[in-house]
Amino acid sequence: MNAAVLQDVQEAALQKIVVRHLDFHYGRFHALKNINLEIPEHRVTAFIGPSGCGKSTLLRTFNRMYALYPNQVAQGEILIDGENILAPGQDLNRLRAKVGMVFQKPTPFPMSIHDNIAFGVKLYEDLPARILEERVEWALRKAALWDEVKDKLKQSGTSLSGGQQQRLCIARGIAVKPEVLLLDEPASALDPISTGRIEELVHELKSDYTIVIVTHNMQQAARVSDYTAYMYLGELVEFGVTDEIFIKPMKKETEDYITGRFG
Amino acid sequence: MDIYTRRLTTNRMNLILSMLAMLFGLFWLGWILFTLFHLGLGAISAKLFLQMTPPPGSDGGLLNAIAGSLFMGAVGTLVGTPIGIMAGIYLAEFGSRGWLAPATRFINDILLSAPSIVIGLFIYEMYVVQVRHFSAWAGAMALALIVIPVVIRTTENMLRLVPDSLREAAAALGAPQWKIITLVTVRAAKSGILTGILLAVARISGETAPLLFTALNNQFWTPNMNSPMANLPVVIFQFAMSPYDDWHRLAWAGALLITLGVLALNILARVFIRNKTPIY
Repeated sequence: MNAAVLQDVQEAALQKIVVRHLDFHYGRFHALKNINLEIPEHRVTAFIGPSGCGKSTLLRTFNRMYALYPNQVAQGEILIDGENILAPGQDLNRLRAKVGMVFQKPTPFPMSIHDNIAFGVKLYEDLPARILEERVEWALRKAALWDEVKDKLKQSGTSLSGGQQQRLCIARGIAVKPEVLLLDEPASALDPISTGRIEELVHELKSDYTIVIVTHNMQQAARVSDYTAYMYLGELVEFGVTDEIFIKPMKKETEDYITGRFG
Repeated sequence: MDIYTRRLTTNRMNLILSMLAMLFGLFWLGWILFTLFHLGLGAISAKLFLQMTPPPGSDGGLLNAIAGSLFMGAVGTLVGTPIGIMAGIYLAEFGSRGWLAPATRFINDILLSAPSIVIGLFIYEMYVVQVRHFSAWAGAMALALIVIPVVIRTTENMLRLVPDSLREAAAALGAPQWKIITLVTVRAAKSGILTGILLAVARISGETAPLLFTALNNQFWTPNMNSPMANLPVVIFQFAMSPYDDWHRLAWAGALLITLGVLALNILARVFIRNKTPIY
């Protein structure tokens, strides 16, 4: 991708999430240092970097998941559609309904496959049963799971295989129709076939959602993302179009990490 | 002797010592159970479940005592369980901040190991003395006080076993905390919590001291919770201390009944634990 195309892409996409001067502390540990970042709408943005660099921490600020725990503090600004979600008085439940998240390990709820999907939908929408069924099917189809589970929707979600459970969690996340989808190493515990399915899914979903994905797997970042951010020791080292980052990164640290000389 | 052989020998010796310790424990348990079955089985008959506790020298059963134990056990469990579960939820789900949760946990530990006679005396002083008569309500209250700390402890422990990732996953969908707790975490810990309740029931079914000062005993059938009520432990206590042979037989039968009941509860609890759907 040449510079002209790059500029085109950047201008075409609106900024969905704008991070300004973000600092994050776990107790006394300074985990994120003055992060500034703009994440474009309807694109896939990948966070890469060695373990402990803060990429998951950064992801967890976008839906304020860290607020579940005492001693975790974020300072600065994170604007989603121009609204600062770190401002006091932010309704966390509404924020999280709008900014969905899928975790590293599959986390099916102890209920049926159907109820796993319906759980989130019922929180914010009062749908007639028929419409709800349609929504469940829609979400399962989107997550490429429908054909495997359509005859056993009443079975427990925990009875599925690991890869199926993870796709169930993705279906659950998109069923509530969030605007942003945060994926925290969604495929790291999966076999190559399930991983491939999930990557296809990410590709397909980006027309409707803004997707941010944390991954340890650089090939994965290169395959699925439009933009890539390289982080190291709590700092954002480099951010840009994925092809640029992987082909000719601006900074030497990024190049060292990507080429495997470090990390 | 090289180091490997030495380790092998040490291992063997320790294994033998542990086996002996186990046999020592099992021996007494076996003896108790043998005596219980030997003397209790002969006294078990249909009459036991159909007739009231008799005066010395006449025929009778344990119907009023069995019913009384069931009544008071049920009321004590029904009162103690919701309180225990709610307190356990508080400790596990809200107990990470502030001083109230650690204080509650500490006091609960004391209550958990408090001698049951102290609980009996407490209810005696606070309730029986005030109303000036023994009653089944007082007995049920004393039993509830024993149920509460057991249920609190198991509920908290079981909820803590539910991984935080499950709570995060529910929160990530925008679920408010009370929905996360009622629909996800408590459901994930359901079988464990149920097991705790069963163990609490097993625990109170043999308690004598708290009932001695509260429900006392009653030779007759009564459905009135406001009067003294017969119950197996106190009947066993009185009959076993008496000089009459037929009372002794009934006491053994009662002891066997309680033991079998507790055994059944424990088996049930194990079945629940085993059938527990794995969270992951």
